[in-house]
Amino acid sequence: MTTLVRKITHVFEKDAEKVEVKSQPYSNPYLVGVGLGLVLLAAFFVMGRGLGASGAFSTLITVGVDKIAPEHAINNNFFSEYLGDGTTNPLKDWLVFEVIGVLAGGFISGSLAGRVRKGIEKGPRVSSAKRLMYAFIGGGLMGIGAKLARGCTSGQALSGGALLNLGSWAFMMMVFAGGYAAAYFIRRQWI
Amino acid sequence: MNAPLFKFGLFNFDVSLIVAFVIGIGFGFALERGGFGNARILAAQFYFYNMRVLKVMFTAIVTAMLGIYYLSLFGLMDLSLVYISETFFLPQVVGGLILGVGFVIGGYCPGTSVVSFATGRLDGLVYILGVMAGIFIFGEIFPLIENFYYSTNMGSLTLPQYLDMSYGMIVFFVVLMALGAFAAAEWSEKKFASKNPEKSI
Repeated sequence: MTTLVRKITHVFEKDAEKVEVKSQPYSNPYLVGVGLGLVLLAAFFVMGRGLGASGAFSTLITVGVDKIAPEHAINNNFFSEYLGDGTTNPLKDWLVFEVIGVLAGGFISGSLAGRVRKGIEKGPRVSSAKRLMYAFIGGGLMGIGAKLARGCTSGQALSGGALLNLGSWAFMMMVFAGGYAAAYFIRRQWI
Repeated sequence: MNAPLFKFGLFNFDVSLIVAFVIGIGFGFALERGGFGNARILAAQFYFYNMRVLKVMFTAIVTAMLGIYYLSLFGLMDLSLVYISETFFLPQVVGGLILGVGFVIGGYCPGTSVVSFATGRLDGLVYILGVMAGIFIFGEIFPLIENFYYSTNMGSLTLPQYLDMSYGMIVFFVVLMALGAFAAAEWSEKKFASKNPEKSI
C-alpha cells in the first residue's frame, strides 16, 4: 500500500517537473468551438440528446441523501425524481457516465499539452484561502441556479442553444447578464 | 440512415452508457483545449480582455445548429426525436441570473470545474463540492419553491415556433449574430490586451 502511494506521488512529481519545462498554449478558440460543436452534434445524432454536467452531480447528491436518510429522499419530490422507480441503480445514468468521460478527456488533453499541475487559479491580489472560499460559494450558487433553470451551461446554454430552445436562449442571456452585473464587485479576485 | 441512432433501437441502454463515456471524453478534451480548465480564462470573459468563452461557445452552438439543420434537411436525422427540454420561463430566467453570478464568483461552471479538477486544480475540486452543496440546499428547500419551479410552463418550445418564422431563417440570424459577437470579441481583446491572463500561463 505504501509503495503504491509512493508510486502515485512519484508520478505526480514527475508531471510537475515536466509541466515547468513545457506547457503549451491553449488551442485556437474557433477550432476548439468547431470540435466541441461536433461532439455535441454527435450526441444529438447518436443519442438524440445533448450534453450535460450538473445532472450528474444531482444524481450523486441524491444517492448520498438516500444512503443516509432513505425516507427523507423518497418523500422529497426533487430527490425522488433522481432516484427513479427503484428498478435500476440511479448511478447507471447517462450523465454520470458522460461526466466520468469529461474527467478522463480533460486529463488526457491536459497531459498531452503539459498542463496538468497542482495549483489554484486566481488573480494576483487574492489569497488562496479566500479564492477557495469564493470557489465554494460560487459553486453553491451555480448548483442552486442550475437546478432552478433545469440545467447549466452545458445542458441549457450549449445543448439547448444549438436546438434553438426558447428557454435555453433566455437562460443564456441571463447567465451573461448575471456574470457581468456581479463582475465589478468581485474584480479583486481576478485582476 | 436513421438518426438519432439510439431512438431507432440500434443499441441498448447499457451500450448507451459506453457512448456517454466516449462522448464525455470528447467533451472534456475540447473544454481543456479551449482553456476552460482554468478559472482565470473563464472569469476573464466578464472583464472583456479574454473572450474565449464566448468564441468557443458560440462557435460550438453554430456548428451543432448547422449540423442539425442540414442533417434534418437531407432527411438523415429526425429532429422531432431529439429531446428538447420544456421551457419554464421565469424559473429559468432567475436560475440563469443566479448561475451567472455564481460563474464569476466561483470561476467555473459544473462541466469546466470537472476539467479543472482533472488537471490538478484545487479550486476546481472545491468548486465541485460547492456545486454539490448548492444542489443539496436546493433539494432541501424544493418543497417551499415547488410552485415557482413549475410556473410559467410554455412546453417544449423553439425560437422558430415562438417567433413564427422558418427554422432556416432563425439559423441564418443566429449565424449572423455569432459573427457580430466574434467581431466584437476580437475588438474587445485588442482594447484590453494588457490584462490578458493567457500571456502569463
